[in-house]
Amino acid sequence: MKTDDLISLLATGAGAVEPHAAERRYAKAMVLGALGALLVMLSLMNIRRDLADAALLPMFWLKIGFVASVVATSLFAVLRLSRPGARLDWVQRLIAAPVLVMWAIAAYVLIQADPSERADLFYGSTSAYCPFFIALFSIPAFVSVIWAMKGLAPTRPRIAGFAAGLLAGAIAALVYCLHCTEIEAPFIGFWYVLGMFIPAAVGALLGRILLRW
Amino acid sequence: MQRTTREEGWRAKEIHLRELLLDGLAGDNSAYQAFLKELSAHLRAFLRKRLARLPDEVEDLVQESLIAVHNQRHTYDAGQPLSAWVQAIARYKLIDLLRRRAGQDVLNDPLDDEADFFSTADAEAAEARRDLNKLLDELPEQHRLPIIHTKLDGLSVQEAAKITGMSESAIKVGVHRGLKALAAKIRGSA
Repeated sequence: MKTDDLISLLATGAGAVEPHAAERRYAKAMVLGALGALLVMLSLMNIRRDLADAALLPMFWLKIGFVASVVATSLFAVLRLSRPGARLDWVQRLIAAPVLVMWAIAAYVLIQADPSERADLFYGSTSAYCPFFIALFSIPAFVSVIWAMKGLAPTRPRIAGFAAGLLAGAIAALVYCLHCTEIEAPFIGFWYVLGMFIPAAVGALLGRILLRW
Repeated sequence: MQRTTREEGWRAKEIHLRELLLDGLAGDNSAYQAFLKELSAHLRAFLRKRLARLPDEVEDLVQESLIAVHNQRHTYDAGQPLSAWVQAIARYKLIDLLRRRAGQDVLNDPLDDEADFFSTADAEAAEARRDLNKLLDELPEQHRLPIIHTKLDGLSVQEAAKITGMSESAIKVGVHRGLKALAAKIRGSA
């Protein structure tokens, strides 16, 4: 086949391309993923009854703010990683930032607390299943975000898969906040982070297989 | 002095090609064709330099990269340098090829990023090894018909939908998937 023939084949009827394709794909994927997580959660557990009361506590909003900022930073990373040749600059540091802030707050809380209370602050009452549920609820978002990314052009599949998995985990964690009553920083800084990093690790491991294009 | 002129050369090329691509993305098919045509020479030079021990693979990989550029053209962001975008795609396809041939020592030059991707061009196209029409014949009907009608006969998506009885979105999806399948056939792995 002559390359010129291929070129005219490709250009014929190529037409206009809708702008912001990546943003639109991820918007769709995130909405679907969040709805999926909500459905899975509601089939297993309730939304906490005291949600309105909890919403008056600053720590509740610190938790929401932390998870939402992981959504934001991983979305930023995912958009960059979907584009060939886009510069990564400080993307890795940006992803680490909210986690480091949370760890700093958790460390402060633990140091201030009476030694006899530290174990409770760290383990809460739901640590045995919190990461598991976050990882479970992230499955719909994991599928939809990987689908969105595969239709774009990630050239570094391992870190792209990591960022996609982290985004899915953060969406799931945000939904899980509707149920979970834990609000202590040491708990959030470990068990929530662990839950969100499970899909991220899966994404990094499977990136090369799932994200081929 | 010499260096400055060279640098001005590829910067001018970058601006020129970027304009062609942006016009193409806005719907100007002849600008888009000119973009692909000029790009193919740069891709060829880039890949030929790196695949000197596999000269037969060069043109296949040029074509595969062109299809990748075409299928993923919605990922180009007007704010980023075109050379970085194109080079990342060519590298991705090159690494893909090298991985398939793992164990063979085929890479001549390290895969460094070069600012001056557009400084080299090679207009001498070798014949790719596989015939386009034969490859098209091997595609399943839902991919082949949309390509033949919209890409070879030059019909619009609506017209192609009417003739084939397929929906318009099925035509669009068929073209996209069909080109992808074609790329896989060019590389001989499907």
